[in-house]
Amino acid sequence: MTIRELFAKLRSLVGGVGQDADFQEELQAHVEMAAAELMRQGHSAEEARRLALVRIGGAEQTRELQRDARGLPWLETLMQDTRQALRTLRRDAGFTTFAVLTVALGIGASSTVFNIVNALLLRPLPFRDAERLVWIVAGKGEGLSAATAQVNNLLEFRAQSRSFEDIAGYFAFYGVGDSMMTGVGEPERLTRVPVTENFFPLLGVQPVLGRHFTRQECVDNGPRVALLSHGFWVRRFASDPAIVGRELTLNNQPVTVVGVLPASFDFATVFTPGSQTDLFVPFPLTPRTDRQGNTLALVGRLRPGVSVGQAQAEADVISKQIREANPNRNQLEPTLQVLSERVSGAMRFPMLVLSFAIGVVMLIVCANLSNLLLARSAGRTKEIAIRAALGAGRGRILRQLLTESLVLSLGAAMLGVVLAVFATEALTRIDSLSIPLLQEVRMDGAALGFTLLVAMVTGIAFGLAPAWRLSSPVLHSALKESTRGSTEGSGSAWIRRALVVSEVAFACMLVAAAGLLLRSFTRLLDVDMGFRPQSAVSIRIDPNRSYDTQEKRNGYFDEALARVRNSPGVVAAGLTDSLPLRGSRTWGFAPKGREFRREDYPLGFVRVVSDGYFAAMGVALVAGRDFTPADTATSEKVIIVNEEIAKKMWPGEDALGKIMRTDRPDRRVIGVVRNVRHLALEKESGFEFYLPVRQTNDWGSAMLVVRGSRSAADLAAAVRGALTPLDATLAAAEYRTIQGLVDRAVSPRRFLLLLLAGFAGFALVLAGLGIYAVVSYSVNQRRQEIGIRMALGASAGDVRREVLVQTLQLAGVGLGLGMAAAFVLGCVIEGLLYQVTPGDPMTFGAMLCILAGAAMLAGYLPARRASRMDPMEALRAE
Amino acid sequence: MIPKKLDLLQGTLDVMVLQTLSAMGAQHGYGIARRIEQTSGNQVLLNQGTIYASLVRLQQRGWISASWGTSDNNRKAKYYSLTKRGVKQLAADAEHWRQLADVMGRMLALKAEEGK
Repeated sequence: MTIRELFAKLRSLVGGVGQDADFQEELQAHVEMAAAELMRQGHSAEEARRLALVRIGGAEQTRELQRDARGLPWLETLMQDTRQALRTLRRDAGFTTFAVLTVALGIGASSTVFNIVNALLLRPLPFRDAERLVWIVAGKGEGLSAATAQVNNLLEFRAQSRSFEDIAGYFAFYGVGDSMMTGVGEPERLTRVPVTENFFPLLGVQPVLGRHFTRQECVDNGPRVALLSHGFWVRRFASDPAIVGRELTLNNQPVTVVGVLPASFDFATVFTPGSQTDLFVPFPLTPRTDRQGNTLALVGRLRPGVSVGQAQAEADVISKQIREANPNRNQLEPTLQVLSERVSGAMRFPMLVLSFAIGVVMLIVCANLSNLLLARSAGRTKEIAIRAALGAGRGRILRQLLTESLVLSLGAAMLGVVLAVFATEALTRIDSLSIPLLQEVRMDGAALGFTLLVAMVTGIAFGLAPAWRLSSPVLHSALKESTRGSTEGSGSAWIRRALVVSEVAFACMLVAAAGLLLRSFTRLLDVDMGFRPQSAVSIRIDPNRSYDTQEKRNGYFDEALARVRNSPGVVAAGLTDSLPLRGSRTWGFAPKGREFRREDYPLGFVRVVSDGYFAAMGVALVAGRDFTPADTATSEKVIIVNEEIAKKMWPGEDALGKIMRTDRPDRRVIGVVRNVRHLALEKESGFEFYLPVRQTNDWGSAMLVVRGSRSAADLAAAVRGALTPLDATLAAAEYRTIQGLVDRAVSPRRFLLLLLAGFAGFALVLAGLGIYAVVSYSVNQRRQEIGIRMALGASAGDVRREVLVQTLQLAGVGLGLGMAAAFVLGCVIEGLLYQVTPGDPMTFGAMLCILAGAAMLAGYLPARRASRMDPMEALRAE
Repeated sequence: MIPKKLDLLQGTLDVMVLQTLSAMGAQHGYGIARRIEQTSGNQVLLNQGTIYASLVRLQQRGWISASWGTSDNNRKAKYYSLTKRGVKQLAADAEHWRQLADVMGRMLALKAEEGK
């Protein structure tokens, strides 16, 4: 069909009536001319007219033929069916509202889940040829130090590798908020990430303003320059197009802006979910930075056609040579991983679970609607029978009924899309959610397509069985014979029971899965973290540059701690360089006198803290003493270790007083503290040790932790007030609660749990409604039977009991199937569980109670109605 | 006895209509139908009504145009005439039919020889 023809046809669809009149006139003329000719041949006027109509093949048929030729018959039928469907649906507004809401909720949830899955698993990372990007874990072991590489290792590896086009890196130990920007408005702590010269070119990220770093800028003591993140540029400089070339003051040093990165590039969302980065500075690859040890997180770009496996094989060979040639250097033992796998790999399984769950929810939605439509179909058989009698074939009736369910599901999809847009928007707004690529989650064309598809499939899925039954010719003949309301046909009843049983079984699965996750979550929150997150806040109070010696800095710390401790509401205060569940620096260490082979050398998480930190963080001191302000550079070098070190390094002995070596000179153990879960709540702590802040300069930031009896905001205000005389810039210092750190750490789990719980709740309600609908319908169908039995002496209690038993039988089958399925599902999601077995009796017990309770409630209402029936009334209704 | 009539192949009627209009000039539906009947020697008597489906089709394709006029005996009637594109289309169709008829003729002749 040509475009011209299509337009002509569409035009004719719009102007139907005028064209009919026009053709009527043409036809009239035709008949008159034909009749006139026939009369000339000797026929009577009447006969001539009859013959003319016969020759034309009937006036109505001709009109029909012409109409079909000029328009689009299938479209007209569709429009006609749609109009008819809308009329029918309007007539039963209650049903329609319920159905649309149910499906809309289901579709809205599906499409929201799709958006998340799409961003995390389906869409490529927002980089050029992202499938060739590889994350390179530089070594084995826990913690950032083990995963990062030393500069010379990178340089040599890069020079020798044939698999990689290029390898870049960023400084992994950048401190969140370690750059204080002054000079423009309020002072603000910014997060800057040092990156290698080739970092952005390798990812394929082009600045929207300005340029990349140049070679001259990536040297020791080179020009101070920065690239701004798009978000920071928009937020702080109102998208000032003249920003390039401007000088900012960071930590009292001038830094020139050389460019702005595109909005599509969000460093944090890919590399450090749940945080924010403001600017990027060059990280030079020089002997100076090499001496800093393991510093770089590596990203490589494979040459086209090279697989990760090939690259890994080559990396094993090259790194072995490098290790053997440099036995004293940090060991390079790279493990390669596709970047997208590293970014969202951990979320893959939870996302699959979520997708599965929403699929189950949609099945329940379909079963529920199917059920309702089947119940309604009894009331519609007459209407359908009339249509069939008027000549509508089964196909035509089927099409009409399916159009009805499609209209329903498409209408619901429109509402669902609106819901999904809001839900998606709300999701990306949750700052404390540490899920990668969250900023990439959005409603796009693919999502709309998906939603449309889901709506179509849903409409057909829930509409097919009822439509098939309703259009069945057997049904019509049966109805013609007997209009008396007899018991429901066994076929239909069977379908409806099966639907309810599957609804209950599906709901079982979801409730059990949500229950298992909930139990895991509470178990996790009950875990002994080793610190008490409640009623503690942290504020960053790095000494500014005027404190340029360790002695001056110690004086600053003394003063700051004294001021804070004297503020109202403060119970304890102390300093640390790293908060739990945030960074993770590891150092090698050993009890003095013990030798280890290089590969067995113990690594421990190191923290630099002040006196009072343990009290403020709520870490219990098990033995010995806390640090004091007297532990300074001039006094004996001391160290506090965790129980794990004390137990493993000096088994059966007292760790106190032992000498341990980590940095020079050796340190004496003066205290033992509880283990702190520093990496994640799920992970055991491993070795941890603490150095006094006044005895070392090896720390990157000074975080003040304050425990107090007041609210976090009040506490922070008191601390700020106390410190402002010391440093005016602290007036605007941001605080974070320690509880917030814990919340963030468990946020992906909480996120999954909340969604699943929501789905389970929805499923439960639908299953309950499903049971109610079936039981209630069967009670209505059996009115006479019940009436007779009551007349014969059955008591109201007997009737009630019988209906309830019927309900429980139905629910029982569903529960049995559902329990089995739920156990299988539990085994599949075992990886997401924490200290809960897939068959957790408590979860299953609770699930059983909840579902049985819902079933009882759903059955009780119709049972009560049945028992209150007046037998005479019921019989008279004949 | 009802004489056996030829079934019309799909698209054949359209060519007949175009050819009729080409030969007779502007004509109304009845006129076209009668002319086709006469020309075929009443062999392809169609339901005259089908002519109108064909006319709509041809109009929508832009091969003919229509306007109301007055017939010989002063009756109002819709007259159809070929457009420029219609003339071109008819030439192409006619060529196609001629070739097809030619080939069919030869094919059938071949079969008759073999039968001997």
